[in-house]
Amino acid sequence: MLRFLATRVSLIVPTFIGVTLLTFALIRVIPGDPIELLAGERGIDPARHAELRADLGLDKPLLVQYGVYIANVARGDLGESILTREPVLEEFLARFPATFELSVCAILFALAIGLPAGVLAAVRRGSAMDHTVMAVSLTGFSMPVFWWALLAILFFSVTLGWTPVSGRISLLYFLEPVTGFMLIDSWLSSEPGAFRSAVLHLVLPSMVLGTIPLAVVARMTRSSMLEVMGDDYIRTARAKGASPLRVVAVHALRNAAIPVVTVIGLQTGVLLAGAILTETIFAWPGIGKWLVESVHRRDYPVLQGGVLLVAATVMVVNLLVDALYGFINPRIRHTR
Amino acid sequence: MTAAAKIRPVASPNPLARFWWVFRENPGAVVGLWVISAIVVAALLADAIAPHPPHEQYRDAFLTPPAFARGGTWRYPLGTDDIGRDILSRIVHGARLSLLVGGIVVSLSLAAGILLGLLAGFTRGIVEIAIMRSMDIMLALPALLLAIVIVAVLGPGLTNAMYAIAIVSLPHYVRLTRAAVIAERTKDYVIASRLAGAGVPRLAFVTVLPNCLAPLIVQATLGFSTAVLDVAALGFLGLGAQPPTPEWGTMLADARQFMQRAWWVVTFPGLAILITVLSFNLLGDGLRDALDPRMRR
Repeated sequence: MLRFLATRVSLIVPTFIGVTLLTFALIRVIPGDPIELLAGERGIDPARHAELRADLGLDKPLLVQYGVYIANVARGDLGESILTREPVLEEFLARFPATFELSVCAILFALAIGLPAGVLAAVRRGSAMDHTVMAVSLTGFSMPVFWWALLAILFFSVTLGWTPVSGRISLLYFLEPVTGFMLIDSWLSSEPGAFRSAVLHLVLPSMVLGTIPLAVVARMTRSSMLEVMGDDYIRTARAKGASPLRVVAVHALRNAAIPVVTVIGLQTGVLLAGAILTETIFAWPGIGKWLVESVHRRDYPVLQGGVLLVAATVMVVNLLVDALYGFINPRIRHTR
Repeated sequence: MTAAAKIRPVASPNPLARFWWVFRENPGAVVGLWVISAIVVAALLADAIAPHPPHEQYRDAFLTPPAFARGGTWRYPLGTDDIGRDILSRIVHGARLSLLVGGIVVSLSLAAGILLGLLAGFTRGIVEIAIMRSMDIMLALPALLLAIVIVAVLGPGLTNAMYAIAIVSLPHYVRLTRAAVIAERTKDYVIASRLAGAGVPRLAFVTVLPNCLAPLIVQATLGFSTAVLDVAALGFLGLGAQPPTPEWGTMLADARQFMQRAWWVVTFPGLAILITVLSFNLLGDGLRDALDPRMRR
């Protein structure tokens, strides 16, 4: 198992270095040089410009500049935001729990509906139920997330008044961040109603963000269940007299779950991309909204650092999924 | 009837006929094809079909509801937006834009992807490693985020958004082509062609490529839907087409602030995106079943 993990880790190192090359290049291909960017609209006199260039090391050869950049990245120094002057890493860490909380709830939503729907569709193959699940999941898969979010707000918030339109918690509550996770923080706080408010604020964004993963999980569960249901051990279980529920829930689902776990892991990238749109619409103070704002404000250090951190997050999650996959499926662990 | 007539050998069916035979078994795919054909016709004849010019502002008709709702009129079948432009006309003209964008994005990424994939598959060694590693790096980033980064570098606008999405979708085509090339290159017909003296370009484009096309066609169809979706998403974020272009995502972004007063301004452009993307996904699924039995679900 350790060897398996070591191989996996050694595979992501070159990719990560490649991503640093990409983010390093990013700030240099943007029109205008970084100092003019820092100076903003007021402009800067040539003497000060040259001085700053030397200070920031921009007069050194590119290779040296890249070496400095890598050394800084290794120390966790990703530069600071032009707008707030806060270190990029700190800004990222302050927003990460919001995105993490939202993503976990979205995945739970996707699993809670997608898994049973996929199982039902597979067990009743060819029935109206199967066709409905497949049609709905293909529609979900094709859904423009931003439009779906607007429709959900229009229906659930505006027309029915069930959920708030945006934000993480009602403005009536001011909670000192303890963990950064609003559900936990509001639970820990003694404010009555704060937890309920946090939950209500999470419902719509999670549903919207979870829609595409839900469609993927349902389709994957169905096809994986169909494959497994024809296997010998299922027939054996049936022959032994196991109840249909037991055959499906215990014998089949356990094996069918393996590809589903991988698919959920691979959804991390999809979730983060979806979070860019979902967070922007629901004014959710997470990574996605932060990155889009950095583009609009031309805050390139934030974009540069943020992209690197998002890529690192995706890689780490994929590594964890790989490890989990090797853990639940011994065949994988031993063959590589 | 004579005995000879009865045992007349059956001609092997024309591949196109055989393809159609399998394809039409899938009702979803056929529906997708019909809807796409309708969208293409609407896009081609946009000037004739659209009841109004897409940029015309009717000052007496701000936020008019659709014809079938209370207060609506058939003059504006799907209602008007906040500055009195006919939504149906804008959607029809938007179809032209979306199909154009999808077509260009898919052509660009397909052409570049095939070239790089063939290069990686045929050269092996350092070139292959360089190409495939670059693709892995691109895949490490969520596609939309990478597209946003590219647009941030190039500047917002429809053309740059198209380039960004074409670049982002490159890895899928490169990987597919390379995998297909590696599977094909040791087969007898390729070796025979090599022995007959065919050079690498001929082997790549004439011998091997036609046999790798099935998965690429499927991916291109699905890529079309992704392109339409991503261009709309960039437009929605203000990074794609700029107002007053009748692009579906940009229309949604413009309409957002009027959403509570006028549901139709956000409903119809989004529905247009959904229907287009769904149709291409249905078609892609059908093509996969018909073209490549191994990939059948």
